[in-house]
Amino acid sequence: MAPDTTTTSVIDVSALGILVTTLQRRGFTVIGPTVRDGAIVLAELTSADELPFGTGVRLDGGRYRLRARDDRAAFGHAAGPQSWKTYLHPARERLWSAPRDGSAAPEPSGTPRSMVSTGASTEPETYPASGMSTEQRPRYAFLGVRPCDLRAIGILDRVLAGGAHPDAAYQTRRDGILVIAVECTEPGETCFCTSMGAGPGADDGFDLALTELIDDDGGHHFTVRIGTEADADLLRDLPHECADAATRERSAQAVADAANNMGRTMETAGLRELMVRNRNSTHWDDVASRCLTCGNCTMVCPTCFCTTTEDVTDLTGEHAERWRRWDSCFDLDFSYIHGGSVRTSTASRYRQWATHKLSTWHDQFGSSGCVGCGRCIAWCPVGIDLTAEVAALRAAEEGSP
Amino acid sequence: MPRPKLAVWKFTSCDGCQLTLLDCEDELLGLAGQVEIAHFLEASRAVSPGPYDISLVEGSVSTPDEAERIRHIREVSRTLVVIGACATSGGIQALRNFADVAEFRSIVYATPHHVRTLARSTPISAHVPVDFELRGCPIDKHQLLEVRTAFLVGREPNIPRHSVCFECKARGATCVMAADGIPCLGPVTQAGCGAICPAFRRGCFGCFGPVDSPADAAVNVAALADRLRAMGMSEDDIVRVFRTFNAAAPAFADATGGVR
Amino acid sequence: MNHVVPRRYRVVDNVEETYDTTTLTLEPIDAAIAAPAPGQFTMLTSFGVGEVPVSVSGDLHEHTSLVHTLRAVGAVTTSLATARPGNVLGVRGPFGTGWDLAAGMGRDLVVIAGGIGLAPLRPVLYAALAAPSSFRRVITLIGARTPRDLLYGRQMSTLSARPRFDVWTTVDHPSPDWCGSVGVVTTLLERVPLDPEHTVAYVCGPEAMMRFAAEALLDRGVPAKQVQVSLERNMRCGAGLCGHCQLGPLLLCRDGPVNTYDQVLSLMTTKEL
Repeated sequence: MAPDTTTTSVIDVSALGILVTTLQRRGFTVIGPTVRDGAIVLAELTSADELPFGTGVRLDGGRYRLRARDDRAAFGHAAGPQSWKTYLHPARERLWSAPRDGSAAPEPSGTPRSMVSTGASTEPETYPASGMSTEQRPRYAFLGVRPCDLRAIGILDRVLAGGAHPDAAYQTRRDGILVIAVECTEPGETCFCTSMGAGPGADDGFDLALTELIDDDGGHHFTVRIGTEADADLLRDLPHECADAATRERSAQAVADAANNMGRTMETAGLRELMVRNRNSTHWDDVASRCLTCGNCTMVCPTCFCTTTEDVTDLTGEHAERWRRWDSCFDLDFSYIHGGSVRTSTASRYRQWATHKLSTWHDQFGSSGCVGCGRCIAWCPVGIDLTAEVAALRAAEEGSP
Repeated sequence: MPRPKLAVWKFTSCDGCQLTLLDCEDELLGLAGQVEIAHFLEASRAVSPGPYDISLVEGSVSTPDEAERIRHIREVSRTLVVIGACATSGGIQALRNFADVAEFRSIVYATPHHVRTLARSTPISAHVPVDFELRGCPIDKHQLLEVRTAFLVGREPNIPRHSVCFECKARGATCVMAADGIPCLGPVTQAGCGAICPAFRRGCFGCFGPVDSPADAAVNVAALADRLRAMGMSEDDIVRVFRTFNAAAPAFADATGGVR
Repeated sequence: MNHVVPRRYRVVDNVEETYDTTTLTLEPIDAAIAAPAPGQFTMLTSFGVGEVPVSVSGDLHEHTSLVHTLRAVGAVTTSLATARPGNVLGVRGPFGTGWDLAAGMGRDLVVIAGGIGLAPLRPVLYAALAAPSSFRRVITLIGARTPRDLLYGRQMSTLSARPRFDVWTTVDHPSPDWCGSVGVVTTLLERVPLDPEHTVAYVCGPEAMMRFAAEALLDRGVPAKQVQVSLERNMRCGAGLCGHCQLGPLLLCRDGPVNTYDQVLSLMTTKEL
């Protein structure tokens, strides 16, 4: 049966519990927002009770704080410390293993084997990645994907699976994922998705799109739309009814209000050209005086996809493996070629990140690389604000004839 | 083919990094099969003469004798790998570099004229060329094993030169600076520990020293100090957080007013 | 086939070209990679040591074997350069854009090489040799640091003896027995008679050298879109997925390494881009 994408339904908050158990019964590992370590993180949910009911956030440059809400909203919070790329494009995964003497062909992934891995002593040897068979690999249902992050997933799809050489591991992980978006009705102080055309409403790329509505009398429900590619059975197991015109209107209004309630804005008219024109701007040196080159902005960014590889051997030196891990244009060795790194100054590294995100991404992948989620602002240890830096570039141009 | 000869040397240090080597229990048996442990006093009193294929050096140079001894060890070692904060930056004993060691000596020791010590505690690289530096107080076991397996097959060791934040994010730990307002040296500290402290909701202590970078692209410690100030930390406390195990590492020392 | 996993190739020949440069000939053990075009590169793996991008340098009419010339400058290239016949290496690719040979049809080819940059250009010369009537003249200008660094010496002198093929060579630092030109490769260019409108140039070498050579060609009236350069950045994945090889709007493993100079002029002159 083709999904009915024209009807908006309405479910009670109690249906979230049924939704999670239904998904689990169907074999999905449900990932969603939950409070842990002083933040709303994305983690496996065993039940809908683990959603951050009644918890909101207060954000600023370099600052993220949980706060108690006046209501019991489950999705009344902006983007947290992680994005969905944690699950779609893991921080570390093995690509293949092979005997070092070439006596057998390299085996893509394979069963986990003890191997010297660099860095974190406590990290797992493998992630749910190409290294697992179809039976072992979890099938994810993403619950509570914000529209900005929905766009970010679309961007990752284009970058990692849309070119001439798609990343097979990414495609395999991505293919089975069920996406339940929740439209944004309460943007944070660092949010600017409206500027980037990436929210707060959800257009496509989801199986279900929910909008959270809380009545003055404490009534708590969600309007639900079904995506064009969705499994029509999804709604069947949930007690739902057809949303009346007033409810649909309320839901649309909540999203429209959110669009006008962004904590930050970024002027995007001529932005691509602005960034290219300002390659030699002295403003990059000003940013460099504040930037720590720690790489946090790139790692929290839901679209930053850069990786590097490490070739390792076991203690006997007889077995070789190649691992892929997140990398960042802020790492000095990122641009290393024989003779030295191309980008050594902090100014050139920040310029690369900002210009790629806002300008050259269009040339490479046909869209902006920024969805306005504001993570790079909130999680920058020194509070560098991309929207402010772009505004400064603009102001400098306008100030000089 | 004879097994490569490994030697382990101690200078001014607490022996913790050598203990990390001994802590590689499972791997040590394999190691013993592949290399001849020719000099490792903490493990065995048996000593065979040099030259040595690989020397691991722990500790800083803080006495005239040590300054002499390291030159000899360099001469008899094909590859010299220095391990730990003492050997790579001077260690916590380099706090003397910020003060008058003669004054310390007169206060601490009953017969100070018996104590022969240098005015400064310095890293091994200040005295002889070094082939590889492994950071940490103490060093990380996995990094040590990576260096060993890398040398075995002729690979450049996978020892990243980036901040602790990379490891924090990779393991999914929430930033303690942004979420808790806890001062943390992670953004300017070299990765390698696996972000242990932030994962337990503590700020990074900077055990691995400032992110390894050339002098003309030194990590921006001053900007972090500014942020700590803005978070309400006193000047004394700012000096204190940077003056620990890697106090004399230039990027940290410069941010606290420099050495004497 | 997954482009992330290297295919095994056996070393069948290892020729020492200079004191630090080696040419490897490789034969596939399992399935071969697709036939590379002149100017493309592969990712070569020394198992357990690492992987580097290396341009193809052989006669690409011989499809089954892969020929790569590489300079031993780091751990991986040293390991590859010391691979003996029978040793097994990994190969991924081919990746990137190749030299646009069609652009040179019926015209003068000017091939300008600096140091190891001659290796990626050798397939252009092989292609010209295979179809000599397709081109008017083939002028090859070779610059090297010292006479010891000159690649493919015998092959280049054979080439210069052929009609319509010219080979000019210069070194920065001559040895006592050197009787050829001294100076950077652009000094050769000044002495070469050019028909700029009907010239297509293929340039590969250190970035500064390519910039000077391209500017010298422009000064002589060769249009920038008729000057092809092969750029180097940190190629890691080869597939446009890892982000390392960016040069402004370009992902050089995908949109390069070969680009016409009009496309990259402003990028090559921006510091630390």
